[in-house]
Amino acid sequence: MNEIVLSRRPSKARVSWHAVLIAFAVTFLVLFLVLPLAAVFVEALRKGVGAYTAALAHSEALASIRLTLLVAAISVPLNTVFGLAAAWAMTRFDFRGKAWLGAFIDLPFSVSPVVSGLIYVLLFGAQGWFGPWLAEHDIKLIFAVPGLVLATVFVTLPFVARELIPLMQAQGSEEEEAARTLGATGWQMFFRVTLPNVKWALLYGVLLCNARAMGEFGAVSVVSGHIRGLTNTMPLHVEILYNEYDYVGAFAVASILALLALVTLAVKTFLEWRYGAELAARAPRGH
Amino acid sequence: MTLELSHLHRRFADFRALDDVSLSIAPGEFVALLGPSGSGKTTLLRILAGLDFPDAGDVRRDGRDLLSVSARERGVGLVFQHYALFRHMTVFENIAFGLRVRPRAKRPSRAEIAERVEKLLKRVQLDGLGNRYPAQLSGGQRQRVALARALAIEPDLLLLDEPFGALDAQVRVTLRRWLRHLHEELGLTTVFVTHDQEEALELADRVVVMNQGRIEQVGTPDEVYQQPGTPFVFEFIGRVNKIPVKFAGGRVQAGDQRFDADPLDGIGDGSGVAYVRPEHLAFTTTSLDSGWKATLGHVFFAGSVAHVEIEVPALGLTLDAELGGDEAQRRGLAAGMSVTVQPRHLTVFAHDPKTGQLDPSRRRVVHPRYGQAALARMR
Repeated sequence: MNEIVLSRRPSKARVSWHAVLIAFAVTFLVLFLVLPLAAVFVEALRKGVGAYTAALAHSEALASIRLTLLVAAISVPLNTVFGLAAAWAMTRFDFRGKAWLGAFIDLPFSVSPVVSGLIYVLLFGAQGWFGPWLAEHDIKLIFAVPGLVLATVFVTLPFVARELIPLMQAQGSEEEEAARTLGATGWQMFFRVTLPNVKWALLYGVLLCNARAMGEFGAVSVVSGHIRGLTNTMPLHVEILYNEYDYVGAFAVASILALLALVTLAVKTFLEWRYGAELAARAPRGH
Repeated sequence: MTLELSHLHRRFADFRALDDVSLSIAPGEFVALLGPSGSGKTTLLRILAGLDFPDAGDVRRDGRDLLSVSARERGVGLVFQHYALFRHMTVFENIAFGLRVRPRAKRPSRAEIAERVEKLLKRVQLDGLGNRYPAQLSGGQRQRVALARALAIEPDLLLLDEPFGALDAQVRVTLRRWLRHLHEELGLTTVFVTHDQEEALELADRVVVMNQGRIEQVGTPDEVYQQPGTPFVFEFIGRVNKIPVKFAGGRVQAGDQRFDADPLDGIGDGSGVAYVRPEHLAFTTTSLDSGWKATLGHVFFAGSVAHVEIEVPALGLTLDAELGGDEAQRRGLAAGMSVTVQPRHLTVFAHDPKTGQLDPSRRRVVHPRYGQAALARMR
């Protein structure tokens, strides 16, 4: 007992090691995270608040913000519904090919976003498999908003499902079965029992999904065609402005993205702090 | 409400959960499904609740097909082993759930629901705890919430899955007596699953002993304990001595003892096993002609009863005997004493010559005659 107590007392050598490690970590964080983030805002405001707001009010900047919001507004709900359905299927039923479904859900995580974009170009582009048919029917997917949505849906597909599956597995289906025997319909069971039990994990998954949907660059870049004011999302618009040496404009739009990231981070941290146990799927089962 | 289960079969991949199970349950009966894990008892309960369906067979409630009625419409109260309380709802909301989800036409008014929940809370002795969440309750309290929730839909059939499994010993005994009273007050038909024989024997009107998806025996607790029908029931319920025997000319021989009894019809010649309950082994320090010669091993005094180890060289076995603690004290029983042992009666099963297994259809009860020196008269 004594030895343990003694060894816990920080010796001088130990203290200095702690200090070195902490200093290293802090330096690293400042250098690679805080500084760049600060740089975004500094650069954006370099020519004053007036230039900053003017850059944001530019029609193309506004169009890119609107487009990003539109793409996220379509792909996030789609993936929320898909995530719920997939998690439900994975945790409540046994079926052939269940392991395959699990692997497929993870696919977008392991495939490079550029490849994801290319897949859609190959499928729906003018020279793609379905290109001629689409052209005949006057449907434009690639280099248009539908292509952006498709690519974003693909890239952000795993977030909600991956958040829900471990939790729903841990919770089991007994509460739902109880609801059935008590006379609940399928919808009543879902809205009164299933959804409330996973709501925080769901919100967390939606948040991550949304952050990725707004920030996605690679896949979207391939299918966008970079038509200003039409198919440029915020990340794409930032790149274009930057390449044109319009630093204030580039960083102004980038600052909006950075702000979104900060808000996401704040909400995520709050959720983890408040509902950490539930999110980690450690929710006590039946107590 | 009469339940008629006939020829139920249920298979999970390679596992036979139910293998030709037939059973009828009378109105107001309290039935225990007793068996080891994997015996199919929980599958049977889930089929009654509508959460699982048999591959073949048929369940009728008052003559009407029950299997075509969905779990939602069956109106069967089910209490899960781990209660499955809705963790995000208060106790009150948990109990009210079954009333709130009713179609509008059949849904009681807000005030009526509140009144009924309060009544149920009182009934399960949880009044005043309606605003708590399940996580804030003890195991016994949660169990009673689960019960109140199941009772709220006014079921005529109540199903309980290992209702006392997760509770500590003291709460368990109190709660099961209380449950028995509740069953009688409400006039329910109750079926519960348990692996605890004591629970089944104490609570139930009838015990259904299950093993490997089959029903081994159905009977009152007394029948199941005193007259087990199969080797499995003997070994699963209560403690029992298992003694190898030989049959010749309708007589039973065990070790050096050939029991004098009425000849057994149709048992054939061959080998088998005799089962004797510890309390049916009589022994005396007086040396007698009939009976095994033996030596006492440990004597365990366990309160009201004493367990005695008896080493029988002729059998090459150590038998367990049981007698009243007072009597063991009075007789001054101690290790090393020489005794003569006489089973009061034995239940024998003959081996099936083809399979080498004990054949439940060749089961006989032997009442040996020990002549002048019968221990039965000495006690």
